[in-house]
Amino acid sequence: MTMMSGAEILIECWKKEGVKVIFGYPGATTIDIHHHLAVSGLRFVLCRHEQAAVHAADGYARSTGRPGVVLVTSGPGATNTITGLAGAHMDSVPVLVFSGQVSRLLIGNDAFQEVDIVGVSRPVTKHNYLVLSTEDLAQTVKEAFYVATSGRPGAVLVDLPKDVMSGQAEFHYPRKVELRAYQPHLAPHPKQVQKVADLLSKAKRPIIYGGGGIISSGASEELLRLAETLEIPVTTTLMGLGGFPGSHPLALGMLGMHGLYRANMAVQSADLILAVGARFDDRVTGALSHFAPEAVMIHIDVDTTSIHKVVDVDVPLVADARQALVAVLESLGPAPSFDREGRAQWREQIRAWDTDCPLAYDRGPMEGIKPQAVIEALYRQTGGKAIIVTEVGQHQMWAAQYYLCDSPRQFITSGGLGVMGFGLPAALGVLIDKPDATVVDIAGDGSILMNVQELATAVQENLPVKVAILNNGCLGMVRQWQELFYQGRYAATILGGGPDFVKLAESFGAKGFRATRLQEVEGVIAQGLAEPGPVLMDFAVLPTELVYPMVPGGKALDEMILDKANLP
Amino acid sequence: METPSESHKRHTLALLVDNRPGVLARVATLVSGRGYNIDSLSVAETMDPAVSLITLIVSGSPRIVSQIVKQLRKLINVIKVSDLSDMDYVERQLVMVRVRAQNGAREEIMRLCEIFRCKVIDVSPKSYTLEITGGQDKIRAALSLLAEFGIEEQVSTGLTAMTRSLSAKK
Repeated sequence: MTMMSGAEILIECWKKEGVKVIFGYPGATTIDIHHHLAVSGLRFVLCRHEQAAVHAADGYARSTGRPGVVLVTSGPGATNTITGLAGAHMDSVPVLVFSGQVSRLLIGNDAFQEVDIVGVSRPVTKHNYLVLSTEDLAQTVKEAFYVATSGRPGAVLVDLPKDVMSGQAEFHYPRKVELRAYQPHLAPHPKQVQKVADLLSKAKRPIIYGGGGIISSGASEELLRLAETLEIPVTTTLMGLGGFPGSHPLALGMLGMHGLYRANMAVQSADLILAVGARFDDRVTGALSHFAPEAVMIHIDVDTTSIHKVVDVDVPLVADARQALVAVLESLGPAPSFDREGRAQWREQIRAWDTDCPLAYDRGPMEGIKPQAVIEALYRQTGGKAIIVTEVGQHQMWAAQYYLCDSPRQFITSGGLGVMGFGLPAALGVLIDKPDATVVDIAGDGSILMNVQELATAVQENLPVKVAILNNGCLGMVRQWQELFYQGRYAATILGGGPDFVKLAESFGAKGFRATRLQEVEGVIAQGLAEPGPVLMDFAVLPTELVYPMVPGGKALDEMILDKANLP
Repeated sequence: METPSESHKRHTLALLVDNRPGVLARVATLVSGRGYNIDSLSVAETMDPAVSLITLIVSGSPRIVSQIVKQLRKLINVIKVSDLSDMDYVERQLVMVRVRAQNGAREEIMRLCEIFRCKVIDVSPKSYTLEITGGQDKIRAALSLLAEFGIEEQVSTGLTAMTRSLSAKK
């Protein structure tokens, strides 16, 4: 056995794990690793901020289903990853951050760029490690990948002291990991499966409520088969969009605070809810005491802690979502009997709700640009096939409502943590793997400035991201709450002039386009999409437009505000 | 969700964990991060030196404690969590207490010692230092009687606990 340095061992481990690309930013404590990485054949993407590097790895992971890998230096390099880690972890995305650390003898001495990042990152990761010897490195890296990608996936940090990286050891890569204390439960219990199948067949007004677990477990096909076999309408969370085809006749769209009227009404009237890979987030349920009052609750989730956490369920099924749905389909058989007439009436009821209150906005003759019109134009011009990445705020909700995604991993957004500044770097992560895809970052003029430095990365790496800024001159979602519930006192939400986004794009070497009137929208999108490189499209939209429907905080899902006229 | 004040009950949790640096910090962070106090804590190696036993006592409503238990199980280094409150178990704590002991009091304190099976572990002309071992009720009773003589100083370990036989469900 030949001896290798820690840095070389780390790179070999990455290769064994099938890593192709690493996102990050260098520094004093990772210089040994970069020295070898540069000639390793692996791609390193130099982002311009460590937070953005984690979002890029996160976008890569969400798009490919493979873990995203980040390498940063100690101290500020490491602390800058915290928002990225927290966001990835909350949305159950396998992201691994490898952080440099000062040499072992200096740990605890307030050394230059020293921070206890294992302590700092503990609450925002699934697990983390401080590697204390070069001999332990390979085993730890193997474990880290296993933990990040198995069970309910999540974020993991591995802290690497500089002298552990320069130290020597023999390299053995373990073939398998066995952790006594960590054994994810993936196979569904047959008895529970049988119960689920029986209840689904007997239900009169069933709804499937699908979350991000559909996508991370790869259960989309099984979900589609189940919905079609039993003719059950499907609503998805923000994280579940694309997990069920958005344009399918059984699709109800998103539910929750800014969910569609028909989806929320259906949940409130359902006699059975099958929750799959979803966790009853407060943005989904509205007032809990009034949530789905008539429904028998079935909950499929790989994470035991999700079960009974928020809602008392009648039939829990702890399992991988895909394995669970496969088992339920098997148990149902090819032609299960169910009340077809009842289902037809139920769909008729849902159609009636949709006719009463469709997803709509006032298109009246106008010069100005409604933000929804931009999303609709993007949908048309990309044939509904673009990969949509978003920032966080009003534009995110309009994107979720109006851009119907038919495929899993087509809609990429920061759901649980709601990180402004996520979209641009995440879109770059998507493009690293799919350089020929049309990837659109739908942004607001607030969010985009939180990681706009990544335009430099896009230009340097030649990643043709298309950023569509719905520019309303304000922090729209907070402003919306102020308008509806805080007497229109727009405290700290008016952005004023803002930068000239066209010039900003050009200063980075990207292209910039602007539309200030409705009739210019289609042209700008066509130009932007036709450009071979990165593009910023600045749409001056009407600032008065609000996101509807809206379930105000503390209200039940069926107490939606549909426009300003029916404010409570 | 229930508010922290609802139907609080004391739970004794026994955790088998990997005997590694940082594991206690993970457990403590998890409980405190949700705004709950650890009433008592003790940690020691088990027969298997790679495994430690953490005994911790928390108070909370059934929903909250069951959530804490499930979250603890989710920690990568936690092998097993048992809520002993659902089982038949014994618990012990060790308290050291220095009691003022002059003139007639010395005799009386020795008698109490006998009754509670305490040990005198240090003596000075004006005081006794006693070691009391037992469950919380016994310790509370002993301390309240000793308080009559005047307690100068008192220290205590956390509680530790064990089921009466394997998987002894109540």
